Amino acid sequence: MATEAKRVTDIGPPHYEQFLHPIIKENYGKWQYHDSIKPGVLSHTGPSGTIYTVRCASPRLVSTNFLNNIMDLADKYSDGYFRFTSRNNIEFLLAKEENIDPLIADLNAMGTLVGGTNNAISNPVHTQGWVHCHSAATDASGLVKAVMDELSEYFTSEKLPAKLRVAVACCLNMCGAVHASDIAILGLHRTPPRIDNEALPKQCEIPTTVASCPNNAIRPTSVDGKTTVKVDEDKCMYCGNCFTVCPAMPLADPINDGVSIWVGGKISNARSEPMFTKLAIPYLPNNPPRWPEVTDAVKSIVELYAANARPFERVGEWINRIGWEKFFDMSGIEFTKYHLDDFRHAGTTYRRSLHNRY
Amino acid sequence: MADDLKTPLLDELEKGPWPSFVTDIKTCVDKSDMCKDLLGQLEKSYEDRRGYWKHGGLVGVMGYGGGVIGRYSALPEEYPGVSHFHTVRVNQPSGWFYTTDALREIMQIWDEHGSGLTNMHGSTGDMVLLGTRTEELEPIFRALTEKGWDLGGSGSDLRTPSCCNGPARCEMACYDTMDMTYNLTKSYQDELHRPMFNYKYKIKMSGCPNDCTAAIARSDMGIIGIWRDAIKVDQAAFAEYVDSGMDIQGAVVDLCPTSCITVEGKEINIDDSDCVKCMHCLNRLPKALSPGDDRGFAICLGAKAPIVEGALFGSVIIPFMKIEDGDYEPLHDLLERIWEFWDEHGTARERIGEFIERISLATFLEGIGEDPSPKMVKAPRDNPYIFYEEYYEEEGEGASEE
Ligand code: SF4
Ligand code: SF4
Repeated sequence: MATEAKRVTDIGPPHYEQFLHPIIKENYGKWQYHDSIKPGVLSHTGPSGTIYTVRCASPRLVSTNFLNNIMDLADKYSDGYFRFTSRNNIEFLLAKEENIDPLIADLNAMGTLVGGTNNAISNPVHTQGWVHCHSAATDASGLVKAVMDELSEYFTSEKLPAKLRVAVACCLNMCGAVHASDIAILGLHRTPPRIDNEALPKQCEIPTTVASCPNNAIRPTSVDGKTTVKVDEDKCMYCGNCFTVCPAMPLADPINDGVSIWVGGKISNARSEPMFTKLAIPYLPNNPPRWPEVTDAVKSIVELYAANARPFERVGEWINRIGWEKFFDMSGIEFTKYHLDDFRHAGTTYRRSLHNRY
Repeated sequence: MADDLKTPLLDELEKGPWPSFVTDIKTCVDKSDMCKDLLGQLEKSYEDRRGYWKHGGLVGVMGYGGGVIGRYSALPEEYPGVSHFHTVRVNQPSGWFYTTDALREIMQIWDEHGSGLTNMHGSTGDMVLLGTRTEELEPIFRALTEKGWDLGGSGSDLRTPSCCNGPARCEMACYDTMDMTYNLTKSYQDELHRPMFNYKYKIKMSGCPNDCTAAIARSDMGIIGIWRDAIKVDQAAFAEYVDSGMDIQGAVVDLCPTSCITVEGKEINIDDSDCVKCMHCLNRLPKALSPGDDRGFAICLGAKAPIVEGALFGSVIIPFMKIEDGDYEPLHDLLERIWEFWDEHGTARERIGEFIERISLATFLEGIGEDPSPKMVKAPRDNPYIFYEEYYEEEGEGASEE
């Protein structure tokens, strides 16, 4: 047996150059243009030739088995080169155009879909949910699966007016950054933390816990002679910031936790400025395994958008053009007091003109 | 064996056209009890409509403060396979490019020491190896570093920088996102691996204002490519678009936000002094239009999701900068000035965007030694409560001696 190698630290990632297909290396920084060949298939051309990209869906939570199958296909069709996108799609990088169709056939046979380019729904970005996270109000992988089963035709085609980005976050921490997606599915708690007065003094520092609340809802108190905290329920907005700091303040509540739907965010600067996602539906129940209320709501918003938006108009651009009152009219979504902002700078969202439609 | 595993609710998620994570995890249950008990515990979550993971837990590898997320089941007796289910963040290569040879090595390590489940990739950008036991962490770390891989960041430190594929496969890239990501990651290993900040600090690099990494919304420091001179036009290629029958007026001209495009016959004219570099016309006409020659990047600070003070987009702090001859010194210098000032005056769990809002942009710019510019605001202030710092004093008696 060889002796164990010396322990090294702080080497950083390997240099990316060794992972670039030779055509990519030669065209690096010199690309001239790209073409869209069909849904899920792009070509990029530079002075040293063309590379073809085939993009497929991935559930993001994938096993070594799944990846080994993907890598077998990469060896077979793309000289062992592939990449992932910022939305967790997988892209094969092909030198030969004639490999495109056989690769697509093999991908479909292994149970995934090719698409996600241009005016399509790309892979939804999502968080961990019940699979790995301690603060989740819902699952994320399951929600994505249930929603995308309904919307897969918009992944495999480019028939939407513009690209449409769906994201899922299982709590307000939003590791999936749903705050700027076209349609966002956001898990939320709706009840204040339940305080474990036994564990709290042992697990948490009182001043840090008190300071963690953005709304000053937490106060020190004493119960049975032990210092702990209490929560002013009127001020609590169930953000869970205190739970992150103090594990003895869990929020999970199977009866009240659920899902909200947000619409109209975007990141890209194309045409209009980046926009935050805005509240469409404040609460839908957690109904695993298929969340029918959520999938119905998302599907009907997508279909309404597809039928009414102009070419290249993102969801938020479409709603800004027609106005939010018309969006609520057309979608049949009820406008409630929960749609009125009451956090910081809420007034900036109030209507201060007479530009209404009747 | 996994014969006793019953998951009627999760089984529903094996139906339908979208690839199923449940089907995939099931392929692993004979390989690892972790996968079996993960499915078991998840099924219980689906029944009871709540998660069953305990809050955090401090684990890591020797000498590192970040890179591993501790996770323990709240039901370890029922699901011993996931009594520990820690996550290892592996620093991904720039642009998420791989070869099968390299990724296979990692997958072998993971089959040997972990659950065999991964996230490709996590929200910050790292490759996420999902689920292992405490005693496996050090062996995994050794095996990874032997193959040339290192951990990413977690906690209140520099998070793993990430970027779009930039010049590797995009004609729009205005700077080398891939190289900058590599450079920053290598230069700040200590900040990445040993939490030393008030809170997390994410850096994302996008090659153009299409912003494929969502830097404007998801990074404390978004570095987004931009150009300053005229859009480059290939009139012959434009004429081909016209000849192809494309609706140039509807799809391009009418959608320019500043109405700076006109078309005469088969010729396109752009008034570049009004162009806001939104990318729409370049996206529609990639063969005819490309970013100008004077390329660089803008730096936007402060994006974050809602917790604690509400969501923020990044705002422009440096309207234009470029790296010349591979010299990253000016960027490092800026980054270090920002960190130093935030370190000194920020409070615990205060993201840099919240910090800037609290102390004001003017104070922040002064603190890091940058001058204000109209490119940093949508409009100047509309309230008159100005904190003047300079006063005229009457000369002679009573005048300040300071
Ligand atoms: S959940 Fe949020 S608002 Fe409620 S007490 Fe905790 S920190 Fe405050
Ligand atoms: S980049 Fe945008 S603003 Fe500039 S000319 Fe093109 S469409 Fe108009």
